[in-house]
Amino acid sequence: MAMPNGPQGERENYLNKEYGVGSWLLTTDHKRIALLYLMSITFFFFIGGFFALLIRLELLTPAGDLVQADTYNKLFTMHGMVMVFFFLIPSIPAVLGNFLVPMMIGAKDLAFPRINLLSWYLYIIGGVMMLHCMLTGGVDTGWTFYTPYSTAFTNTKIVEAGLAIFVAGFSSILTGLNFVVTIHRMRAPGMTWSRLPLFIWAHYATSIIQLLGTPVVAITIVLVAAERTLHLGIFDPKLGGDPLLFQHLFWFYSHPAVYIMILPSMGIVSEIIACFSRKRIFGYNFVALSSIAIAVFGFLVWAHHLFVAGISIYAAFVFSLLSYAVAVPSAVKTFNWTATLYKGSIRYDAPMLYAFGFIGLFMMGGLTGLFLSALGIDVHVTDTYFVVAHFHYIMVGGAVMGYLGGMHFWWPKISGRLYPEGWARLAALIVFIGFHLTFFPQFVLGYLGMPRRYYDYSHMPEFQVLNVLSTAGATILGVGYLLPMIYFLWSMRYGKPAPDNPWNAAGLEWKSASPPPTFNFDVEPVVTWEAYNYEELDAPHPQEAPVVR
Amino acid sequence: MSEHGTSIGFYVMIFLILLVLTGVTVSAAFINLGPLNPILALGIATTKALLVVLFFMHVKGASEKLVKLVVLSAVFFLLILLGLTLSDYATRLWS
Ligand code: HEM
Ligand SMILES: [Cu+2]
Repeated sequence: MAMPNGPQGERENYLNKEYGVGSWLLTTDHKRIALLYLMSITFFFFIGGFFALLIRLELLTPAGDLVQADTYNKLFTMHGMVMVFFFLIPSIPAVLGNFLVPMMIGAKDLAFPRINLLSWYLYIIGGVMMLHCMLTGGVDTGWTFYTPYSTAFTNTKIVEAGLAIFVAGFSSILTGLNFVVTIHRMRAPGMTWSRLPLFIWAHYATSIIQLLGTPVVAITIVLVAAERTLHLGIFDPKLGGDPLLFQHLFWFYSHPAVYIMILPSMGIVSEIIACFSRKRIFGYNFVALSSIAIAVFGFLVWAHHLFVAGISIYAAFVFSLLSYAVAVPSAVKTFNWTATLYKGSIRYDAPMLYAFGFIGLFMMGGLTGLFLSALGIDVHVTDTYFVVAHFHYIMVGGAVMGYLGGMHFWWPKISGRLYPEGWARLAALIVFIGFHLTFFPQFVLGYLGMPRRYYDYSHMPEFQVLNVLSTAGATILGVGYLLPMIYFLWSMRYGKPAPDNPWNAAGLEWKSASPPPTFNFDVEPVVTWEAYNYEELDAPHPQEAPVVR
Repeated sequence: MSEHGTSIGFYVMIFLILLVLTGVTVSAAFINLGPLNPILALGIATTKALLVVLFFMHVKGASEKLVKLVVLSAVFFLLILLGLTLSDYATRLWS
């Protein structure tokens, strides 16, 4: 007995269809796998956050008093590795992408449901290896594994950490593969490429990077392990290798990887901005293609991480120019979001606050990227806190803001419950303020010359004020991140049941129930409208009005 | 249907060719050809990779345009990796 509008608990959906641990661990439902990923990445987010807390506490005072130098090196290394490879890269694609890509294009599931489950198991295996590595001593090279320190000098657990990242890399490749095939093959009738939500375009571009970039970093890390154990002479100059070759190969993946983190966030922001200003995204085609442009151009700029490492000055010049070029498609997006707001009827619900936060923070992160792309300025600020602030503005300010915005926007769909809106707006504000307080002082510190990766700055006690501000900000930021976790969990039990389309949003996922049934749609949808048809949605429907004659 | 890729014998043959080429690589390592060393080694490796891609991965005979597009873009990105990296090595001031 299907009761489309019956009480929430009675409708069969992906959550209540089956119970028990086995029904989760062996599921091939993309929505359940998304939730498995959600729990696992949240776990790693808190581990990474714990390391960050210790780093900030050490820097509260100029002297190196809380931890020893070796420990500090391990702290920032494990912080970086966990946050990059076990939180940010899987975050949006594996959670929200997994949940929404099939729903937004009107499919029953991803193209390869079992490969999807396999990708989660690979992630877990890699994660357990990483945990084991951390508990038995950890690594101290920085998340970048730079040679020859990593291959010839350090006696920490390089091989184990490398293998953990290698395995997790394959989980990322499988997710990308699944998305590409799904987006090509499983679109509902009428869902043409030009009707795809921008979230899908962003995930398509992200998948290209995952597919083409990740194998390179995987092989590179294997080469590091091989050189360490077999003394091959690929990167070690003493054996005839070239350490800069490592940096080339590493950044060939790792610069595009920053776009794996930011592109899905941009997709989310496009959805939110359109919905909460009730307008079609301005310049849809440009925003869609700028995602692809970012994926392609993102592969052409990697050596801007090597400017002071001793590469050819001519190559540096070319990479500097190309780095400026990659900012263009990002700017296209930012301008088009702003233009979308123009004359929109804007609502300031929590998802929209996060989207605004994203735009502001991403802009500051991106523009300081241009500072760093300038050869002269980079010499001054490379390896200082300026770089740390730059990439945190993008990866934490940008990517995590987008992730939280998306979690709020789709939480009613995912859980079938409404979160408390007032608390959510407060949390968005706390995150925004805490973020600036944490990272803005770091721009100043870096510009004044405080190097990154130092645990003791007692020769420069005048840096303490800015460092204290930053640590204080980190505490506020921590509260801002804890709040959503608490009220999301709370809402699962006490939240009001969510209607199918609480935001009155366009998009196929909202035409399904909240939470959706296992195969997403009771009848296969046929798409006859353009994406973001908010004008149509909000127009009064004369044919539906009661006939009064 | 006239695909030759369907019989097991065909795959075994490709596999044997791959083994022979591996043997050639190993034995060539014992002969010093000077500057030809890397060229020979990379030549053999490329041949092997081609065999795997064309036959084991069924790219030869694939009717899908999408498959060709995927292969071409992978090669394209490989060329970016090699080309831009070499732009550094070719113009670096070695002293
Ligand atoms: C869009 C997302 C972006 C992310 C996530 C990101 C992330 C990062 C990261 C992680 C680093 C630090 C590397 C390290 O030393 O460990 C970095 C450095 C750098 N970024 Fe970005 N970036 C982004 C955008 C940009 C843009 C748009 C540009 C330029 C147009 C840019 C230019 C640079 C440069 C030149 C460096 C090297 C700084 C140095 O080490 O001297 N970035 N970025
Ligand atoms: Cu970069």
